[in-house]
Amino acid sequence: MAKRTVIPFGPQHPVLPEPIHLDLVIEDETVVEAIPSIGFIHRGLEKLVEKNEWPEMVYVIERVCGICSFGHGWGYCKSVEGNLGVTVPLRAEYLRTIWHELGRIHSHLLWLGLLADAFGFESLFMHSWRLREKVLDMFEETTGGRVIFSVCKVGGVRKDVSDEKLAEISAELNGMIPELKELTDVFIEDMSVKNRLTGVGVLSKEEVTELCAVGPVARASGVASDVRLDGHGAYAELGFEPCVEQDGDSMARCKVRIKELFQSIELIEKAAKSIPEGDIDVKVKGNPSGEFVGRMEQPRGEAYYYSKGNGSKFLERIRVRTPTNANIPALVKMLQGCDLADVPVLVLTIDPCISCTER
Amino acid sequence: MSYITKSPWIIHYDGSSCNGCDIEVLACLTPMYDVERFGIINTGNPKHADIFLITGSINEQNISVVKQIYEQMPEPKVVAAVGICATSGGIFKECYNIMGGVDTVIPVDVYIPGCAARPEAIIDGVVAALGALDEKKKALDARPKISDTAADSAMGAASDDSVDGAPPEPPEDPILPGDDVEVKYYGAASEDEEAESAADGSGGGQEEGSAGDSGKEEA
Repeated sequence: MAKRTVIPFGPQHPVLPEPIHLDLVIEDETVVEAIPSIGFIHRGLEKLVEKNEWPEMVYVIERVCGICSFGHGWGYCKSVEGNLGVTVPLRAEYLRTIWHELGRIHSHLLWLGLLADAFGFESLFMHSWRLREKVLDMFEETTGGRVIFSVCKVGGVRKDVSDEKLAEISAELNGMIPELKELTDVFIEDMSVKNRLTGVGVLSKEEVTELCAVGPVARASGVASDVRLDGHGAYAELGFEPCVEQDGDSMARCKVRIKELFQSIELIEKAAKSIPEGDIDVKVKGNPSGEFVGRMEQPRGEAYYYSKGNGSKFLERIRVRTPTNANIPALVKMLQGCDLADVPVLVLTIDPCISCTER
Repeated sequence: MSYITKSPWIIHYDGSSCNGCDIEVLACLTPMYDVERFGIINTGNPKHADIFLITGSINEQNISVVKQIYEQMPEPKVVAAVGICATSGGIFKECYNIMGGVDTVIPVDVYIPGCAARPEAIIDGVVAALGALDEKKKALDARPKISDTAADSAMGAASDDSVDGAPPEPPEDPILPGDDVEVKYYGAASEDEEAESAADGSGGGQEEGSAGDSGKEEA
């Protein structure tokens, strides 16, 4: 048996902007075991619920993560709205859906760029991020913020967007499609990319189910799990089908996200056409006193938002379970038996968001 | 930026930020903002870096990582705190695991506000950091070189102290706490090198005041 060596990977390393630490047990060049340790960016923000009143807490929850920030805000609002029994006007739900899907486009483009960077394709990284800036401009035009915009509140949304503006956004996104196609074709067709992704980090359907993986990781192995299927927001009206691939390797995970990019553009187009007139918020009375769990499909997978109220201005407990947390067991499984040089790519294929995981 | 002649390299570490500022730091490098045209490169190696961009606040886990990165960076070095969390703790200030801004652990030269800090603000902050870098470089260059005799007496004082504890004679050219005494004076260097450095430093022995600024950061 070859000699076993432990190589520490992280927390500060060039692959990810975020700190994750893995102890890689290797034999020659093969990873035998990966032991993750997290906690470098634990803040303890769930405890802030004792210091912030529940309408203010949405600002804190939005800062669980700066990439899927809108989704976190929506998830929290959904949880508290369920607690209070508030029905949100349909126009607000449509606007939320549009912003959430825009967030998915920006998150997936960001991920594609980071993936390209991980396998050393620098120009692909630059092009992904160039396209992503256009989405950020749309955020800025409609909400005023680029990454964190605090536009969601319990009972609705803070800002309305005119129908003309929505049509403009939809047209602009459609105009981006040829460029996006050009970019994503490189990911799917290019020989050097194929060599790095195809057959690397294969997870079977059984393994994914057993390890409770969520989001694109599960969908790439043939499990059609997607919270959007339950029809929250405007998804029921828009008609939603999850994007599924069967191969379970890194390429399949890449393909799922590429499909979702185009699907999100389609969803936004439909929503912009069919958005109803009406109010964007309702007045919320009383304080939450029960328990409620809201589920959201973030760009990285399923997230839970649990809230427990005690009839006062302050909630008793908030609990957020984020998708990366659920995908870490799948990552550890993937890393077993892989080459040391593939570790950065494999870590990226789950689209890790460490600040979500550790909160 | 015309005053800086070399390309400043950046190292970025995510303290306990929410990712918002990290992504904006990365966005600075991409075609829309493209700071690489000024020769600014994001490096992963602290020993290559001139500017330390840190996002997010300090917690128990990352305190040693931040200190390590800072200590590994060569002089002159500048620290820029990106975003309100790195500046003061921001919205997470009252969290149980947050110790406060970056300046609770390492000295910070530039504070970049915002939640999340916009790329324009970050670039502005990096330009301000370049100014600070230039000043530090000047202070480093102007630092007095210790003459040969002073080094000898310093060595003598150190050894006397360890042998019998007698109060050492004050050297003619005293070594102030802020002065970074170079290692080669303490033994390893050959006599030729010592003579050479003494010749270099013979002129600038009296400018103690200007060196005080750069000394503060090392204390």
